[in-house]
Amino acid sequence: MPKVTIDDITIDVPAGTTILEAARMIGENVPPAMCYYSKLKGSGGKCRVCLVKVTKGSEKDPRPMPKLVASCRTAVMDGMEVKNVTSPEVIEARKGVVEFLLVNHPLDCPVCDQAGECHLQDLSYEHGAAKSRYEFKRRTFETRDIGDKIKLHMNRCILCYRCTQVADQLTDQRVHGVLGRGEVSEISTYIETAIDNEFSGNMIDVCPVGALTDKTFRFKSRVWFTKPVYAHRNCTKCTGKVTLWYQGEEVLRVTSRKDQWGESEAFICNECRYDKKATSDWKIEGPAHVDRHSVISQNHYELPFELPVTQKKLQ
Amino acid sequence: MGRKLLLEHLNKANINTMEGYLQNGGYRSVEKALKKMTPDEVTEEVKKSGLRGRGGAGFATGMKWSFLDRNSGKPRYLLCNADESEPGTFKDRLLMEKIPHLLIEGMIVSSYALGCRTSYIYIRGEYMFILRILEKAIAEAYAKGYLGENILGSGYSLDLHVHPGAGAYICGEETALIESLEGKRGNPRIKPPFPAIAGLWGCPTIVNNVESIAAVVPIINDGGDEYAKIGIGKSTGTKLISASGNINKPGVYEIEMGISVEEFIYSDEYCGGIKNNLELKACVPGGSSVPILPNHLLLKMSDGNPRLMTYESLSEGGFATGSMLGSGGFIVYDEKACIVRNTWNFARFYHHESCGQCSPCREGTGWMERVLHNIEYGHGKMEDIDLLWDIQRKIEGNTICPLGDAAAWPVAAAIRHFRHEFEYHVKYPNRVFDEDHVYQPEMKMQKV
Repeated sequence: MPKVTIDDITIDVPAGTTILEAARMIGENVPPAMCYYSKLKGSGGKCRVCLVKVTKGSEKDPRPMPKLVASCRTAVMDGMEVKNVTSPEVIEARKGVVEFLLVNHPLDCPVCDQAGECHLQDLSYEHGAAKSRYEFKRRTFETRDIGDKIKLHMNRCILCYRCTQVADQLTDQRVHGVLGRGEVSEISTYIETAIDNEFSGNMIDVCPVGALTDKTFRFKSRVWFTKPVYAHRNCTKCTGKVTLWYQGEEVLRVTSRKDQWGESEAFICNECRYDKKATSDWKIEGPAHVDRHSVISQNHYELPFELPVTQKKLQ
Repeated sequence: MGRKLLLEHLNKANINTMEGYLQNGGYRSVEKALKKMTPDEVTEEVKKSGLRGRGGAGFATGMKWSFLDRNSGKPRYLLCNADESEPGTFKDRLLMEKIPHLLIEGMIVSSYALGCRTSYIYIRGEYMFILRILEKAIAEAYAKGYLGENILGSGYSLDLHVHPGAGAYICGEETALIESLEGKRGNPRIKPPFPAIAGLWGCPTIVNNVESIAAVVPIINDGGDEYAKIGIGKSTGTKLISASGNINKPGVYEIEMGISVEEFIYSDEYCGGIKNNLELKACVPGGSSVPILPNHLLLKMSDGNPRLMTYESLSEGGFATGSMLGSGGFIVYDEKACIVRNTWNFARFYHHESCGQCSPCREGTGWMERVLHNIEYGHGKMEDIDLLWDIQRKIEGNTICPLGDAAAWPVAAAIRHFRHEFEYHVKYPNRVFDEDHVYQPEMKMQKV
């Protein structure tokens, strides 16, 4: 088994493990990942926030790697030594990447449904500068519908390609990909074809930002005002293991269960996601484990006071 | 006169047809290689010749061939990269347009050396007229028995196809080229695995530039040792240089490696000096991606010796005082040329051509272009120059493919060597639009 040292912590990992996976096994100082998704084949390598420095290539070839490498796509070699947070160069490069990601990303978090569970929000809090040096117009797109249940805010997209991989790997006919190139390239269904298949909703779950949102949940509530509860049901299409997000007695949305890295544990079907929104449809297991450091895990589920918007909705 | 190996018969009558090409000694290398040599011997000759990839990176061709996985049991492919899109580079165009059979001959010999049954020429979509020329030449080669089943009775069979790109610079990157050839979006792949292990349709693949493949023909005809005698050190043979800019005789020149840069610019055999008797200000010696060099660094190396047209000499001193030979797109600027405008123009190109796959290049190239546009059009601020430096530093080396580096280097070099011009643009935003604006005394370029 190859031995790899990441930030002075050594671990034995199975051959073929990537640096990022090895870091997740260690569990400390894990490089962030915006595009890598362990359940999707061929994901990763694009966002460049997981860049790390390899100071020793391997036992056989101890030369350091000349450039920073994407930890999600670089397999460990026996005796490899990697610097993540201990390398100022890595931190500097990562800050640069976060700044690049925010160049065209609108700061509309106050009206974004992803706020509170957005990876880019967390990442920019940890690495970003308080002030942007970009002073030009951002690229803009019209919002569009991808199928009848999904809203695409292309403005917010960071082009991680995860949703296209979901479309590619979970569904039969691929009707969804990337058009155009450079900073104006966009996620799109081919010639406006709406995505219509039973697992398309997972594109919402894999989206690290608020580019793909659930139309049945849009503007219903803030994420941190809803209470996540694990539940399951007998589903013929998927595992049926989901998270229900409650506000009061009402199920506002259904998502897959996320692990500590923010990835779905198992993809769920559209029937579970969109059509089963009554408590009677589900067997409740108990409060969800939210391991991430977002506001949800702070356990402040109650509204501090009644907001006008919710009052109106409850009437 | 330097020796010419590739363009020797350029001006012979009917050189673009099979008859004309055969009259001038064409397809000798095919006869020699297929009848008298084993594939390994061909590879050995290429190794001996010291031929380095002519597409830009300058990686030894023989070495690259030896990386090809020959024991995978899968078919092997040779791809010719004719997606020549680097601003300032137009050498492959001339070669393919005028002497298409030279490339086909090189493809046959190289494919034989690598054991390929099918090979492809991936040509940029803008060269559609050359695609027709190549297809005609390939049809002639099939008719003569140089392509197809059992070539010249040797038992070796090869099919050659030409495939057009759809107008993307990025498809000149070898893995993006492979993706594009497979019919997908031309996004570069993440390496490893390298194409020599898993390339086209997951099979071992070699991607070579047009000029590299054409150079295999004289190497096999005359022997690798003979080829290696031309040139200096590790830069052997001849190189096609596409000379453009403010010179008297722009065009494609075949040079022997090792002539001095000064000779190349000023001798009548090549560029013929600077146009309108102006002075040389700067030069981009290897296509738009490589760093620009001011005149005093261009003509002399740091030890005072003249700089030569070789891979080593042009990159002497690293990027602080050197540049790269690259693909041989030699762009010359006279004293009136505006470096800021030129840098903006390059940045605009990379902004347009970034594939958008990885974040630093997708967002950074557009950002640099906009900042440079501001400076050029008189809306710049002094801190913009440092901002540009910071942006390019954060793109360089952090991207999937070399396009990020290619976008960052010209900006870095322009600021490194011509910072005063950027400052001048910021200080005197109105003056830079004057037709014959004169730089302030402290802005004057250094004399050699």
